Amino acid sequence: MHCQAPNSQAPTHQARKLDALDRRLIDSYQRGLPVCTRPFHTIAERLGSSEAEIIARLERLQALGVLSRVGPVFDHARAGASLLAAVAVPEAERDAFAELINAAPGVNHNYAREHDFNLWFVMTAPDETELVARLDGLEARLGVPILRLPMLEGYHIDLSFPIPWAELERA
Amino acid sequence: MKTTNDLEFAATGATGATGATGATCHAPSAEAERRLRGLLEQGLPLDQRPWRTLAEQAGMAEDQVMTCVRRWQADGMIKRLGLVVKHRRLGIQANAMVVWNVPDERVAEVGRRLARETAVTLCYRRPRRLPDWPYNLFCMIHGARRERVEAELADIVERLGLGGLEHRVLFSTHAYRQCGGRYVREGEA
Repeated sequence: MHCQAPNSQAPTHQARKLDALDRRLIDSYQRGLPVCTRPFHTIAERLGSSEAEIIARLERLQALGVLSRVGPVFDHARAGASLLAAVAVPEAERDAFAELINAAPGVNHNYAREHDFNLWFVMTAPDETELVARLDGLEARLGVPILRLPMLEGYHIDLSFPIPWAELERA
Repeated sequence: MKTTNDLEFAATGATGATGATGATCHAPSAEAERRLRGLLEQGLPLDQRPWRTLAEQAGMAEDQVMTCVRRWQADGMIKRLGLVVKHRRLGIQANAMVVWNVPDERVAEVGRRLARETAVTLCYRRPRRLPDWPYNLFCMIHGARRERVEAELADIVERLGLGGLEHRVLFSTHAYRQCGGRYVREGEA
């Protein structure tokens, strides 16, 4: 349930549905979730709310599809193996190729991009050997070469950033 | 890096959790830790005692779970812990992967400078794959709208003097999948 393809029907401009407390929750806790017995209670105290309210907010954010999960982001290099990959496929058959990619074990991102290499995905695995096996297997099923671009050095690898709420209101 | 929050959080963890009661009398097995990691990849249960719930599922004690998580944070296995937001659903729909062809001797310097830009959310060096792929530096810029992201990039190129570097912007046109990594082997979680 945590790893579905984003539903293209799903509304994307959910920002307007979020009130001040939702926004403070997101702004304050993309990192730094307390590791204590009742973390949502601690958050509630800091935000001037109640534990039940914070839990309800998180559940609602999840239902709206705004929140993927509450939890850790693991360092790919330490948590296992991962690799950015791309394939160049005929635009008309892109959806079918994307489906094959999504069906492969370990794929956690899969985007269409504006380039000859028009499908970009991240393949993950418990270790390097398994990663290569997964890529080789997928390559055979796709019938096109996979461009394999492992990370060599990370200069900034933390996808959390300030949400431009005001700009989203206008969008 | 945004270390302020991390430090604040480390302090909170030290005072707000189990305390030094010595409740943990033995270390959890490697097997239990692997189960815990698999569970964590799916996110915390949204209840009053999420660590206890995870502990029950992983076959560990609550304080062992918290100790594990703190250790993984300290050693860098966990980069951040908190709300993982789906930016697209918030309307942050312009997602540009900017790829650069930087002379090898300059790539680390350019990468570090790009990483300091607030608009840049990720920045990596990757191998070239010639002749198809000459680009060795990647960064991501997200924004509500395409024009805004293009303006941000133009501003960065101008200020950092990167106009001489060959680069391309690959906007995403569709997200087929967007979710957290699954590193624990099937059946191990």
